[in-house]
Amino acid sequence: MSNLDKYNQIFTEIFEVESNVLNSEFHIDSVDQWDSVTQLTLVNEIEDQFELMLDTDDILNFKSYDEGKKILDKYDVKI
Amino acid sequence: MIMESLSLEGKVALVTGAAKGIGKVIVEKLVTQGSTVYVNSKSSRNIDEWCREFSEKSKGSALPLYFDVTDEKGCKSAILSIRKEQGGLDILINNAGIVSYEMLGMVKLSDFRQMLEVNVVGPLNLIQLASRVMGRRATPSIINISSAVAVQGVEGQVAYSSSKGALISMTRSAAKELAPKGIRVNAIAPGMVATDRLQDASQKGFSEKVNDIRMGEMVHPEEVADLCVYLSSNISKSVTGQVISIDGALKL
Repeated sequence: MSNLDKYNQIFTEIFEVESNVLNSEFHIDSVDQWDSVTQLTLVNEIEDQFELMLDTDDILNFKSYDEGKKILDKYDVKI
Repeated sequence: MIMESLSLEGKVALVTGAAKGIGKVIVEKLVTQGSTVYVNSKSSRNIDEWCREFSEKSKGSALPLYFDVTDEKGCKSAILSIRKEQGGLDILINNAGIVSYEMLGMVKLSDFRQMLEVNVVGPLNLIQLASRVMGRRATPSIINISSAVAVQGVEGQVAYSSSKGALISMTRSAAKELAPKGIRVNAIAPGMVATDRLQDASQKGFSEKVNDIRMGEMVHPEEVADLCVYLSSNISKSVTGQVISIDGALKL
C-alpha cells in the first residue's frame, strides 16, 4: 500500500467518507465531524501508521487534508 | 488469585526519576513482577550497571533511559524509542520531582518556576506523549507521584505543595479525558517516606515531625511501590481519577 493509500484510508475510516471527497476542500471548517477529539484520533492514526510522533505545533496545525500532507513531508513521509 | 492478578508480565513501563529513592524501589517492584521497565535518569550512564545486574536476577528487565523530563524533545525521543522497541507503553509513572522547604516569604520565583517545570510541565508533556502510544494496550495506567502536602497543605512548603497540587488536578482532569481510550490516571500522595533524602532532611531539624505520624513511623518506599504495582496491574482496571494517600495518618 502506498503512503497516499494509507493516508487516504485513515481519513475515510475516521470521517466515514469516500476517498473521492478528499481534496483541498476537506478541512476542519468544511467537515462537520472534524472537531478536536476527531483531530486527536486522526493524529493518533497517522502516528501509528507512519511510525512517527508529531510535534505539538504540528498537531495543532493539522487542520486540513492538504496541510496534513505538508506536515508529514517534514517527517520525511512523502504522500 | 490476587498474586497472579498482580503480575505485570508482558507490560512495558517508564518510571521517571528512578536512579534512587522511591523511583528506584518502584522499578525494583515492577521488574520483580515481570515487566520491562525503562528506568529514567537525568545523569548519563549512572544506572547502566545497576540495571544490568538487577535484570539478571529478575523476572522482568530494567533498561536505562537517559533524558531530562524538562526537555520537551528529549521526552519525545524517549517515548518514540520505547514505541519502536516495544510497540507501545502500558505504564507511565511520573515520579521525577524536586522538593524544597521554605516559608512563603523565602520562595525565590526563579526556583519556583524551575520546580513547576520538573513537577508539573514535565509530567503533562509525558502524559500527552505516552497517551498517544498507550491506546492499543490492554489496561494502560498512568501514575503521578504527588504528596500528602498537596492534599492537606503545610507550613514551609508552599512552593512544593502548590506544584504537587497541580499534579493532582492534572490527574483528575486527564483521567476524564483519557477514560474513553481506556487509559487510567491516578495519583499517589505519600506522607513522610523513609528515603535517604528525607532522613537527611530530618537530621537537619525535621525529626520532631515523625511525631506527627499517628501510626508512629514513616512510610517505607516499598509501600508506595506496592501501590504502584496494584495501580499498574489489570486488577485495578476500573480505578481512575483517584488520589490515594499513603501516610500513616499524618498530621500536617
